[in-house]
Amino acid sequence: MAEAAGHLAVKATEDGRPGSGNLGDRAFNGVLWTLGIMVLVVAGLIVLNLALVARPLAKEHSLWGFITSTEWNPVEDHFGALTFLYGTLVTSAVSIVVSVPIAIGLSLFITQFAPPKLGRILTIPVELLAAIPSVVYGLWGLFIVVPWLRESIQPWLGKHLGFLPIFSGPPIGLGYMASGLILAVMILPTIVAVSVEVMKTTPEANREAALALGATKWEAVMMAVIPYSRAGILGAVLLGLGRALGETMAVTMVIGNSPQISASLFAPGYSLPAVIANEFAEATSAVHIGALAGLGLILFATTFLLNAGARVLVTAVQKGPKRVSG
Amino acid sequence: MNLHASFTYRKVVDRMMAGVCAICFIAAFIPLVSVLWLVISKGAAGLSWAFFTELPKPVGEEGGGIGNALVGTLYMVGLACLIGLPLGVGAGVYLAEKGDGTVGQTVRFMAEVLSGVPSIVIGIVAYALVVIPMGHFSAWAGAVALSILMIPTLARATEELVRLVPGSLREASLALGVPNWRTSLRVIIRTALGGIVTACLLAVARAAGETAPLLFTALNNQYWNVNPSAPTASLTVAIFNYAISPYDDWHAKAWTASLVLLIVVGLLNIASRVLTRNRLKGAR
Amino acid sequence: MTPAAPAQAMSQEKPAPPPPTVAQQPPPATGTDTPFKVEVHDLNVYFRTNHAIRHVSLGVLPQTVLAVIGPSGCGKSTFIRALNRMHDLVPGARVEGKVFVDGRDLYARGIDPVLLRRRVGMVFQRPNPFPTMSIYENVAAGLTLNGIGGNHTEIVERCLRQAALWDEVKDRLKHAGTSLSGGQQQRLCIARALAVEPEVLLMDEPASALDPIATAKIEELIHELKEKYTIVIVTHSMQQAARVSDNTAFFYLGELIEMGPTAQIFTNPRERRTEDYVTGKFG
Repeated sequence: MAEAAGHLAVKATEDGRPGSGNLGDRAFNGVLWTLGIMVLVVAGLIVLNLALVARPLAKEHSLWGFITSTEWNPVEDHFGALTFLYGTLVTSAVSIVVSVPIAIGLSLFITQFAPPKLGRILTIPVELLAAIPSVVYGLWGLFIVVPWLRESIQPWLGKHLGFLPIFSGPPIGLGYMASGLILAVMILPTIVAVSVEVMKTTPEANREAALALGATKWEAVMMAVIPYSRAGILGAVLLGLGRALGETMAVTMVIGNSPQISASLFAPGYSLPAVIANEFAEATSAVHIGALAGLGLILFATTFLLNAGARVLVTAVQKGPKRVSG
Repeated sequence: MNLHASFTYRKVVDRMMAGVCAICFIAAFIPLVSVLWLVISKGAAGLSWAFFTELPKPVGEEGGGIGNALVGTLYMVGLACLIGLPLGVGAGVYLAEKGDGTVGQTVRFMAEVLSGVPSIVIGIVAYALVVIPMGHFSAWAGAVALSILMIPTLARATEELVRLVPGSLREASLALGVPNWRTSLRVIIRTALGGIVTACLLAVARAAGETAPLLFTALNNQYWNVNPSAPTASLTVAIFNYAISPYDDWHAKAWTASLVLLIVVGLLNIASRVLTRNRLKGAR
Repeated sequence: MTPAAPAQAMSQEKPAPPPPTVAQQPPPATGTDTPFKVEVHDLNVYFRTNHAIRHVSLGVLPQTVLAVIGPSGCGKSTFIRALNRMHDLVPGARVEGKVFVDGRDLYARGIDPVLLRRRVGMVFQRPNPFPTMSIYENVAAGLTLNGIGGNHTEIVERCLRQAALWDEVKDRLKHAGTSLSGGQQQRLCIARALAVEPEVLLMDEPASALDPIATAKIEELIHELKEKYTIVIVTHSMQQAARVSDNTAFFYLGELIEMGPTAQIFTNPRERRTEDYVTGKFG
């Protein structure tokens, strides 16, 4: 009867995974799991080791004190991050202001205005820009961009807009402006790559509906593409910002390495990665090294948060238009 | 859309914005051309057999080269591959095959976020992991730093590639009586292998171009070195040192070394593209 | 060729329960004198709470073709995938009941699903040759991936001949498996399935992705294969079922409504629902 027919009922393997009763499968799954966990291990190692190296700093400095002090005194072991925070923020801000409009315009050109074949070809220069190593950008910046700023751009700005604090002071070329501009070139590929991907996922139906109403291409972009991609583009910008914050070599070579805060973009300054790059190898006291590692921790935390936020935004766009539009 | 504006006006705005966007392309293109042109024109003059094979000479002396730096880069990147490629690709395969649970999602999130950590911070980590216990700078430390940089990007790329393999292939293999793990290895991963190799080449290209994490891990070395426990020169650090020096002839060397670096990175990128194309030829 | 004796439609009454047994070896048998190659007893398949296959019992005689027909969603594919334990791979799937091949229950404890799939082969709706392998490597895949030795070259030729593909590809065995046309790829998949020497061949709408000429070739092939293998074929085309099969089983909403000799099902079905379906009133 029913119970006899059913008494040999066999469930598909417990967790639904194929053949996990099999030895080969179990071993393979075990190896995979270990390799996957290694990512978490690496993440843990990063945080742990940064904290360890930074520990001597904590003995004499409070977190708030460290962040708000502009002192940087290896002789007496008093350190403060403010100068470098300022420098990093200013250069990143300049790079974002310069890069984002161009990146968005370029992304729109590639996805909306250029014929599809041309659009595909146009991504090649963008990829090339991304492939150039940072130290080469630094070299180019040092010997090409800095003299150009010093001899052409900054004098012109100083003459016509010198009443603005950001354009005041002697035009020496090296400084926040040079770093910001080079950073703008370096983060452009990042912003473009993600923006292009996001814009491509705009449902064609939205664009076509706008065009069918008689909109011009530009109006279709404003009506359909931008509202849909807004969050994703913001995510792209955050990713670019993250890259700008952490960029080391190019900035180190053109920022002037001067630990002071200045309102003018013409002035030399210092950034978090730059001071680490310049001083870490020769730092001798544990507190000095700890201070540099503390700067590294600040960098890590900031880029971590930025990337996490960017990821949330980009995946939100790709998952559901409902959560994003209008 | 302002239906009250005249059509001509709207058309003009449309053309103008299209033009603005095209200009953005030019604006992005100019730095690219500038960098490439200058590296080639300023660097080509210094290219010579001696440059590739000799050790650097002290200031003021003629000649000398980046032989040790080139070898150092190849050597450290090679070491980094030994650690980074298996871990990165393996994590990617894990995410594709088993990565849908909570653990998998955490790993994926971490891989994405870690790929954005500045390379100089990774240098500090490698310093703590290798330099402090060893008591001195070494190629190992540099290699560890580079491998940590490789892992997150490789993992994400591999996961995407493996997920692209159609599920019907797995079914076909299982229906032949092949166990699941062998199906994963010899059918699924084999199908994705071309793409994975491309991703690895790109990761290697990126590692070859890194400077910051090497500054206080591998440091530098004026001489030939293939001892992993000793400080090692690298192409990127050499460029940096030459560039920030006050000597003109060293600046020239910086350009030439940059050209060499661009050639190395360029060859790796081209190789990855060629492989992609070959993979698709012949198959439908 | 054995005459197509009327297969017993056992869906009307619960079958006499097989004698309960504790020993695992030999596995519980319906007796070696069973006339059926494949025998299904009270098969139920659940996907979480969805009861997809309900109390299905039937038998397939050796070297005959059983066609499984029914409207979309009636459970045809689910049914044959239960015959080679493909549902083991689906999280949340549960199979109850027994499936006997030559008197051995495939779902008994101690039966390795991986090994049984070499005895019960499957061909899928869309041809799926392995893209990184040549034609030769594709056919031999079941052997090489399982580490089975022997003269692969000979086996590959034999299977390609059985699949009526040898003459068309004998000069390009090293070419990519995906360089063939759709119909050829499907015959390649059939050759691949044959290489591991199954006794039962399951075919899940094997010609539905093919053009009419390729379809005709596949149907001709099934006539030839029937001499050696026992075949269960799912098809959404009644004409194909009529052309190709000895017996036909009609499924509806997960239940086996009627089963019998093909000629009888199509000209003189017993059930009202069967008649409605074959005369085109629905589905």
